[in-house]
Amino acid sequence: MASVTMAKALNTALRDALESDERVVVLGEDVGALGGVFRITDGLQKQFGEQRVLDTPLAEAAIAGVSIGLAARGWKPVPEMQFDGFSYPALDQIISHMAKYRNRTHGALTAPVTVRIPYGGGIGSVEHHSESPEAIYAHTAGLKVVSPSSPADAYSLLRESIESEDPVIFLEPKRRYWAKEEVELPVRTAPIGQARVLREGSDCTLVAYGPMVKVALDAAVAAEEESLGSLEVIDLRSLVPLDVDTLVASATRTGHVVVIHEAPEFCGFGAEVAACVSEEAFLSLEAPVLRCAGLNVPYPPARLEEAYLPGVDRVLWTVQRSLEF
Amino acid sequence: MEANEEQVRLLDADGNLLAHPVYKVDLEDDELRRLYRHMAVVRRIDEEGVNLQRQGQLGIWAPCKGQEAAQVGSAVALESEDFAFPSYRELGVAWVRGLDPVAVFRLYRGVHLCGWDPREHNFGPYAIPIATQALHAVGYALGMKWEGVEQAVITYFGDGASSEGDLSEALNFAAVQAAPVVFLCQNNQWAISVPVTKQAAAPIWRRGPGFGMPGVQVDGNDVLAVYAVTRAALERARQGEGPTLVEALTYRLGAHTTTDDPTRYRPAAELDLWTGREPLGRYRAFLERSGLWSQELSDEVQAEADRVAAAVRHGVETMPDPPLRDLVEHVYADPPATLTRQFARLEAFEAEFEGAGR
Repeated sequence: MASVTMAKALNTALRDALESDERVVVLGEDVGALGGVFRITDGLQKQFGEQRVLDTPLAEAAIAGVSIGLAARGWKPVPEMQFDGFSYPALDQIISHMAKYRNRTHGALTAPVTVRIPYGGGIGSVEHHSESPEAIYAHTAGLKVVSPSSPADAYSLLRESIESEDPVIFLEPKRRYWAKEEVELPVRTAPIGQARVLREGSDCTLVAYGPMVKVALDAAVAAEEESLGSLEVIDLRSLVPLDVDTLVASATRTGHVVVIHEAPEFCGFGAEVAACVSEEAFLSLEAPVLRCAGLNVPYPPARLEEAYLPGVDRVLWTVQRSLEF
Repeated sequence: MEANEEQVRLLDADGNLLAHPVYKVDLEDDELRRLYRHMAVVRRIDEEGVNLQRQGQLGIWAPCKGQEAAQVGSAVALESEDFAFPSYRELGVAWVRGLDPVAVFRLYRGVHLCGWDPREHNFGPYAIPIATQALHAVGYALGMKWEGVEQAVITYFGDGASSEGDLSEALNFAAVQAAPVVFLCQNNQWAISVPVTKQAAAPIWRRGPGFGMPGVQVDGNDVLAVYAVTRAALERARQGEGPTLVEALTYRLGAHTTTDDPTRYRPAAELDLWTGREPLGRYRAFLERSGLWSQELSDEVQAEADRVAAAVRHGVETMPDPPLRDLVEHVYADPPATLTRQFARLEAFEAEFEGAGR
């Protein structure tokens, strides 16, 4: 077993994908000689050349649109958006075309593109570098939306995303890039669309994905130590497809559910989780599904992000509100 | 907008052949006649589109009247292996590529979001969001280049599209990568109600050199000039010399779409002027002067246009509505269970009303 960071796992996944399928191309801003601003594409251009690891002009709509054209031609593009907050110029291409090509042409012309986006906050950065746009993509029919929380899952989910026939928005929790895990690569974990129960518990279910999974696990440990309750932790791994069955089974068991995400609470993904659980497990619930999320404000300056982001204490406080309901 | 010195023309207003230092006509007599045939049939189908919309058979129609030379001339320059990414008014290109024209009407009748298999004739789906298809063309062309094939892509857009960021990004990306793509702007001088003078302060073709590619303005109502310029640009692309921006200066004689009323914004005198410059009459004059016109040809073309128009009308009038299942088919290769559940619920709802006169 080797100690591997998520960044290294993603880098290895890209390398292995480039090696195993000559149609795979990596493209984006600074992905070549620099290896990306987070070094996720480190060394790939040196190994695979300037065509298959392509430094593009600084133009996000072009990165997405050109990827669609390449995919229509039969290539498997893996574009990188440099930061969450800079991905918005590509939204028209992603929503109007990448998500719809298959449907529009009845499957004749498809756009199986894997768009990698480092996302989320907690890194003390400036404006536009800490956003969580997952709900926009999850609400767009035709896209899969995936977010890993661990190095092993990052490797496995990225390989599977690139192999997928559907376009995938692959959201990388940038604050977890340097967290390590003992894992032997290559590794295949559970498939896209399957949530995982990372910790079993009997009193309340914590639902999280991406960067908030670590917070949820820490909260569960703290709850046990402080005898607040036995918390179950579910890592969704993919928002689309959503593993409703695993959610409902857990909610039925615990009767209490708290959803955690960095993105603003109002119309956030937690609302979908709450609705699904309410529809399918209503009679098992002992409290409304509660959300522990960001506020509906522009992402705040770094000195305020600790208050904005759900942390262990706010999660436990929310759990208590559920248990005492 | 008047012709200028740089504009490529091979036919004058009366259909006389003009000498040009670069661009020549290399077509056989039959091919020259075929250009007319194509344009005449396209105009007839297009008129049928307007009629069908007026009769309630189509939700909307985007007429291409006046732009037949720009579309037919450029499309005839394509090889079958080349690929075209159209906007949403390219009936003439669709026809030359060999599509059954009924396919184009599926979109406008509202039974399909595309209507044809883009791979069958290497003719992409209509792209309604303005200029977005130019980027797909660049990606597709880049793929061709990397495969080492001598093929090229053409993408069609209008003068309005020249204001969109996607077009500038596409021109730039293509030039940097020397992608084998021809950017064909049909400057029909009106983006719905806004004249090109309010879109662009400088002629569109002049942007080519700024992006690092040749820019050419061609008389878009001169089918021979459009053919020759496009042919040369495609050849250049296939030889690995990169993209070209072609501005075909033409005029939209009809409305933007059948929902539009151009009398609200367009001077009648301007319409009259450009009606006099429309491409079919001018090209017919050329055929006559060249001894290629005959009553027999005229009758043949008329018969073909009538036959195709009747087939289109029949095809549209008998076009079935899509099955309910089409709602959820082909959204994903691998549909999420949440979608499957939504559809099951809808089916249950529909089943309850079956036979209830709904």
